Amino acid sequence: MEVKMAVGEVYRVSGPLVVAEGLKARMYDVCRVGEEGLMGEVVGLVGDKVLIQVYEDTSGIRPGDKVENTGMPLSVELGPGLLKSIYDGIQRPLPVLKDASGDFIGRGIHAPGLDRKTKWEFTPTVKKGEKVSGGDIIGTVPETEIVEHRILVPPRVNGVITEIYEGSFTVDETVAVLDNGTELKLYHTWPVRESRPFREKLPPVVPLITGQRILDTLFPVAKGGTAAIPGPFGSGKTVTQHQLAKWSDTQIVVYIGCGERGNEMTEVLEEFPELEDPRTGKPLMERTVLIANTSNMPVAAREASVYTGMTIAEYFRDMGYDVGLMADSTSRWAEAMREISGRLEEMPGEEGYPAYLASRLAEFYERAGRVRTLSGSIGSVTVIGAVSPPGGDFSEPVTQNTLRIVKVFWALDAKLAARRHFPAINWLQSYSLYADTLNEWFVENVASDWSELRTWAMEVLQEEASLQEIVQLVGSDALPESQRLLLEVARLIREVYLQQYAYHPVDTYCDPKKQYDLLKAIKEVNDMFFKALEAGKLVDEIINVPGKEEFARAKFEENYKEVLEKAVETMKKALLG
Amino acid sequence: MKEYRTINQVAGPLIFVEKTEPVGYGELVTITLPDGSTKRGQVLDTSKDIVIVQVFEGTRGIDTGSAVRFVGDIVRLNVSYDMLGRILSGSGDPIDGGPKIVPEERREIIGAAINPYAREYPREFIQTGISAIDGMNTLVRGQKLPIFSGSGLPHNDIALQIARQAKVRGEGEEFAVVFAAMGITNEEAQHFMKDFERTGALERAVVFLNLANDPAIERLLTPRMALTAAEFLAYEYDLHVLVILTDMTNYCEALREISAAREEVPGRRGYPGYMYTDLATIYERAGRIRGRKGTITQFPILTMPGDDITHPIPDLTGYITEGQIVLSRELHAKGIYPPINVLPSLSRLMKEGIGEGRTRDDHVQWNDQMYAAYAEGVDLRGLVAIVGEEALSERDRRYLRFADEFERRFVQQGRYEDRDIDYTLDLGWELLATLPEGELTKIERKYIEKYHPVYRKKATA
Repeated sequence: MEVKMAVGEVYRVSGPLVVAEGLKARMYDVCRVGEEGLMGEVVGLVGDKVLIQVYEDTSGIRPGDKVENTGMPLSVELGPGLLKSIYDGIQRPLPVLKDASGDFIGRGIHAPGLDRKTKWEFTPTVKKGEKVSGGDIIGTVPETEIVEHRILVPPRVNGVITEIYEGSFTVDETVAVLDNGTELKLYHTWPVRESRPFREKLPPVVPLITGQRILDTLFPVAKGGTAAIPGPFGSGKTVTQHQLAKWSDTQIVVYIGCGERGNEMTEVLEEFPELEDPRTGKPLMERTVLIANTSNMPVAAREASVYTGMTIAEYFRDMGYDVGLMADSTSRWAEAMREISGRLEEMPGEEGYPAYLASRLAEFYERAGRVRTLSGSIGSVTVIGAVSPPGGDFSEPVTQNTLRIVKVFWALDAKLAARRHFPAINWLQSYSLYADTLNEWFVENVASDWSELRTWAMEVLQEEASLQEIVQLVGSDALPESQRLLLEVARLIREVYLQQYAYHPVDTYCDPKKQYDLLKAIKEVNDMFFKALEAGKLVDEIINVPGKEEFARAKFEENYKEVLEKAVETMKKALLG
Repeated sequence: MKEYRTINQVAGPLIFVEKTEPVGYGELVTITLPDGSTKRGQVLDTSKDIVIVQVFEGTRGIDTGSAVRFVGDIVRLNVSYDMLGRILSGSGDPIDGGPKIVPEERREIIGAAINPYAREYPREFIQTGISAIDGMNTLVRGQKLPIFSGSGLPHNDIALQIARQAKVRGEGEEFAVVFAAMGITNEEAQHFMKDFERTGALERAVVFLNLANDPAIERLLTPRMALTAAEFLAYEYDLHVLVILTDMTNYCEALREISAAREEVPGRRGYPGYMYTDLATIYERAGRIRGRKGTITQFPILTMPGDDITHPIPDLTGYITEGQIVLSRELHAKGIYPPINVLPSLSRLMKEGIGEGRTRDDHVQWNDQMYAAYAEGVDLRGLVAIVGEEALSERDRRYLRFADEFERRFVQQGRYEDRDIDYTLDLGWELLATLPEGELTKIERKYIEKYHPVYRKKATA
């Protein structure tokens, strides 16, 4: 079907903003600007003028150049071939861009999101004569070794299957035909700014296991939940996001590098194909979609990148998968909004951000959730957004508006980072509103006393914080013996439990069982310490008990349980005889 | 080429030209003044009614009768291998009295973004010979690591020392240096030039000078010119290029000036909302590309206004660069050179650049331990100020001493002292040995036995 494109001409160019005249357009239509056909999106209509944000550098565009309207909103292609891909903010595969323009990104390159030549093995799961509707699964494609791609009927399409084929197909070959003549292919497109439909939202009652002790134990996030990681630069936002992308127990990970460093994306690109998924033993890349719009790539495409990522995440959710979406960083996205809003000469809200910042953020996070899909299965999208507050000041608009929406807050702390306590998540400031609901799951699946242990650890840390204030004034020697011992236990919790080495092969991932064992062991040591104190041992003697070093290093060992037991035995002998 | 005498408004560094033929965004402009002199500018905003031009050399002397010509091309730099050894103005013209540069190529100064897929992760350790950097915040090839300084601190000396000493272990190849000065004083520039000449570094350097009394708007070009030259040398001639940009604060001031003249909605402290993106287009030009030998390593220097690290300039820089080296006025006052405060300093890329085969096997854990110990010692100083040293336990007193020794022996070194990485690590071990061995919880037993002075002595005895 050939669409006659509306054509107009450029009236004004100001950075990424192009104003066209004589063009018929609707909001969010995608346009092509100039001879090179730079891609842009309609963001405003004023009288006979059309405001277009262009996704590429506009140097050289001049008034009078032609502008074409495709009449379509910005959409992504959804089908086999998404996994293992790396895209820019508007779903152009970066390897294809590299082939087209070399090591530096050129302009006006058009590249479909899904490769048109790759053949996929399609196995139908429905038969001729069956009635299908939007969201139903009509067959499967083994996309990677660990992920089966379920081919969906596009939402809002329904009918009775009159033809369905089995075999090898490219994404744009017809695999089924409906009675109303609709041809179904392995892929369909979906506009990025519109959330994909589902049947109903379900309560978040299953935790996302991240393998990070402080997150899983103290501040857990639910599958389908939302979390924010704000922190000043250098406090470990990106490392934490990478850890989550690597070890979370989701079947699919969508990682959006939004306005961040090029070298960090390269790190992900080089590392993920080599890292093993702890659950399947296959490369992590096989379940990952990467979106990289680094800080020096065009700002309008950065604004679009989070929507591109979210739509891909929702698509996998609709197949019945648990999806983790990491966005690093949402502040850069907000800044892209601010930049474009400034060019549009809109009335600014707080700190120059547009007045609609809060509603855009809310809309985005609201697309997370655990849902019953149109086909009746259960899938989820968990959203974890990094926030980069200027000067590490959490009172700025992006952090504040994010905190009003998300349920989990992992506060990164520059002070902890400076003393190389990683992950530098402040245990006093952070919170999780899912903690209570998820307790049930942990009690059922890990250990019956999970909840008590967690509460105990939090209490010790709280107590330590208030004691620290006194220590700051008078020194620790002035404290009563029992309190000095408590400080020592708190230190164990901090150093043995909360600190976790992202780059240590064993410590980088800690399953819930090991988390429990470690914390349980610390509690045991705590009880032993206080028993020894009652029995008349001196605090200094207890603190310097042999076996403590081995105890602290147990987490680095594969056979941590034996090491822990041995260390506790040594301590017991020394303290209680 | 048509000439227009239709300037209808001049505002700060901007001129507004009416009734032109279609003019391209970003096009280069020449303006001929009534006295016959010419200035250059660039199109910032173009429409059918009016074209806004920013004038690099400032608008002084421009009147509404001045002639404006649109060149039909964007700003380019003549690049050539023979640029090495030359001194150029902030907009790329030779000012050393030497011959014109015969261009091998004319390159757009707005560099296209490196495709993240084409990048190679930086992991080659660069030894700067400065312990506080090599040991604590290691630099690697292709990294961008700024120095956050304050006025009156010796950031220039540190930059020079790095330019002088930087080398990759076991390799003879030298760095080429591209030096871009933006708004620095003549005196500072002299200091750099003299040192370059004395050490012979000038032969391996391309210098772009925009001094304090040069037009402020020209500063928007200078770093881009410098990086265009660097990219040419790195990717066409396989050189390892070290780019020093000083002082980025002046660059940002120029950006603010343009933004204010255009009456844009200001972001924080009057700086434009797009400053992050703008800075990123400079800093992100550092890196390595797969399959190419040359690399670009960036050392931007900026002075933090009021020593405030949360000021938009250091703040936005820190979010783009791969770490930062922070200078401390307090250490400087104590007479310590280089006054690097390692606690807020960071090198994000060091983890891949250190360890076995790169620096030494113990480096990673050594680094954690050194950081933790120094942080603890510094914390205790606060306590000492209140209760006095006598009230501390023996353990705490050792940490306190550790922090002092760390600053006096480890951080402090001579301006011409080039320390080998092994020396730096061993020096750190000497300091760590002053702590009880049980405190070294971050280091595995095998490294303690291998490098702790006590065990080493035993081994040699």
